[in-house]
Amino acid sequence: MEKEKSGFFAKLKSGLNKTRINLLDGLDSVFHGFSEIDDDFYEELEEVLVMADIGVKTSGEIIEEIKTLVKVEHIKSPEDCRSYLIDLLSKRLQIPDDGYEFLNEKSIIFVIGVNGVGKTTTIGKLAYNFKTDGKKVMIAAADTFRAAASEQLESWAKRVDVHMISSTEGTDPASVIYDALYSAKAKDVDVLLCDTAGRLHNKKNLMEELKKMNRIIDREYNGIHRENFLVLDASTGQNALNQVKEFSEVCDITGIILTKMDGTAKGGIAIAIWQELGIPVKYIGVGEGIEDLQKFDSKSFVSAIFDKD
Amino acid sequence: MAFENLTDKLTKVFKNLRSKGRLTEEDVKSAMKEVKLALLEADVNFKVVKNFIKTVEERAVGSEVLEGLNPGQAVVKIVNEELTNVLGSETVEIKFEPGQATTVIMLCGLQGAGKTTTAAKLAGKFILKGKKPLLVALDVYRPAAIKQLQVNGEKQGVEVFSMGDNVSPVEIAKASLEHAKAGGFNVVIFDTAGRLQIDDALMEELVNIKQAVTVHKTLLVVDAMIGQESVNVATQFNDKIGLDGLILSKMDGDTRGGAALSIKAVTGIPILYVGMGEKLSDLEQFYPDRMANRILGMGDVLTLIDKVMEETDIDKDKERDMSERLKKGKFDFNDYLESMNQMKKMGGLSSMLGLMPNLGISKDDLEGAVDEKQLKQMEAIVLSMTKKERSNPKLLNPQRKHRIAKGAGVDIAVVNRFIKQFEQTQKLMKQMPGLMGGKKRRGFGGMGGFGKFPGMPF
Repeated sequence: MEKEKSGFFAKLKSGLNKTRINLLDGLDSVFHGFSEIDDDFYEELEEVLVMADIGVKTSGEIIEEIKTLVKVEHIKSPEDCRSYLIDLLSKRLQIPDDGYEFLNEKSIIFVIGVNGVGKTTTIGKLAYNFKTDGKKVMIAAADTFRAAASEQLESWAKRVDVHMISSTEGTDPASVIYDALYSAKAKDVDVLLCDTAGRLHNKKNLMEELKKMNRIIDREYNGIHRENFLVLDASTGQNALNQVKEFSEVCDITGIILTKMDGTAKGGIAIAIWQELGIPVKYIGVGEGIEDLQKFDSKSFVSAIFDKD
Repeated sequence: MAFENLTDKLTKVFKNLRSKGRLTEEDVKSAMKEVKLALLEADVNFKVVKNFIKTVEERAVGSEVLEGLNPGQAVVKIVNEELTNVLGSETVEIKFEPGQATTVIMLCGLQGAGKTTTAAKLAGKFILKGKKPLLVALDVYRPAAIKQLQVNGEKQGVEVFSMGDNVSPVEIAKASLEHAKAGGFNVVIFDTAGRLQIDDALMEELVNIKQAVTVHKTLLVVDAMIGQESVNVATQFNDKIGLDGLILSKMDGDTRGGAALSIKAVTGIPILYVGMGEKLSDLEQFYPDRMANRILGMGDVLTLIDKVMEETDIDKDKERDMSERLKKGKFDFNDYLESMNQMKKMGGLSSMLGLMPNLGISKDDLEGAVDEKQLKQMEAIVLSMTKKERSNPKLLNPQRKHRIAKGAGVDIAVVNRFIKQFEQTQKLMKQMPGLMGGKKRRGFGGMGGFGKFPGMPF
């Protein structure tokens, strides 16, 4: 157990390596590059935060907090601001880790998001995670729009060895969900993972289609635990906030899955979303391997970002 | 908030300043804070923003405030011009190899950027240009990627060359060119696997492909929603494999697309196309001036006009006729009906809404009101009018309104509201030519295009 944990930590750390290096390098050059705390110093600091996609608003707030701290704590040198800043950032990332109760009961996981964020791959990895935990998993391939989406999912289903319900391209995705719900009931599965077609959040008709699927799940499988995950590409900029807001109109988003965290300097968007919208990150994808999707643990996340090797 | 107009913000900044002939350094400084914010919110890279602000500042200080513009507008004008400047002053087209020689194009990018879809869209575009394209499936990693390309290729009527996923992309690339030669294909498009710019092994693969075969154009496909990272991605792809152009995908979302500016500013690589929808035909030319407006949150009226012009086929006289009536605010229910039909042809309001600038109506107002059902209802109301009533809305007295309500199966209040909104639309249409600014563009003479969205304000 201990070993596994450290293994994951190492993986998370290497996955987030770039995030850490960029942020730390940036911060360090700021802390060392200035001999006194002045407006230029604050501006540079803000730049580092904004460059991490933390967002103009949240970055501005953090800078204000630092300014207050500098006054109250009589901080004299830029170097001394460092630990305070790390503290502030850590605090803002403290996402409670009680969001995984669904793992202890029968549940349906509805996975939504814009095109190309990695929904299908994420579903494959989630299926693997749950299956490894000894759960009976089923997948509903409700992306009936994108060419070869169900073939892509099928290959994951085979790899993980779980049952998949699908239909031909162009059928009403709601009917796939419907079939899957009945099949899931009959087969008494523990987790039903629903893949949906990627869609831009400003497409009204496509969002209505999602609402329909959402209603069907509520109606046909009343009382089952629902999780609605929005998958976000970690390299997404401030538009991610729009995405979260718009998809929230479809259903209550219970968690964010941040994908492609291995190649990007954008840990920041997680902070912005949690800060501005109060929706926690539940899983992050830190690599291409099947086991590279992990529960989001804010403590490891923060230390992975800030720990110096 | 996202669509708050920069002009409004700057106007607020300058509110307390008396109108001066020239902009002082101080004026400009305070305005630049807003510009900076707007750009950062649009995901323009911070470093690019800094440089850009410097340029604008230098130009703006001391510049004259032109007649008819307030200081805020004057600054926006400069910002807009500089933005367009950076984005490229003209649209760039892919240059094909001369004669019947084969042009080889390689698409690359991060995972999920939209390469496979873009590849098929490009092929479709080339067919229209009289080329015979061949799509080549080099993504041997993502499950079903080849199948996806095959399905999309089939939809476009383009042949897809693949050798399954057990052959190395370099070998497939080589073989595909043989195949192209034999089959008389004059454009070959490589669809490569998505990869991170820091994944050395996979980046090496692209280099190997370029060494093994002659690639004429290497294009990077970038998700328009990408944040600050855009510059790193583009720079590293450019440094490692060399890029000749960019394609921005998913521009039909509500992102401001700051990545376009960032990448162009840092690498200088031209932006060739933008992906504007899920349909395979939705790959459009890139227009720097429109992009500048969009980054600043000022809507994309020109694209809207083009869309209107391209996808509808009203005859010119009729168009001019309508345009005249529009300008005078004489626009009746017949025009409305026609507009509705045209709009349906263009895929409905929702796709056009995203392109609308701030007309003093907030986007939320528009969105809440745009309900396809409601539009149907309105159509029923117009159809329940007599011909006379349609061409002369003033005839509509309470009695007639009651009859119409019955005919359309709606409450009288709905009819009243509709007519009131219609009148407001007339007013808005009258203002439209003024709102468009002085820039003359193709399509502008035929303002009749605007006949197509009188449904807009509802």
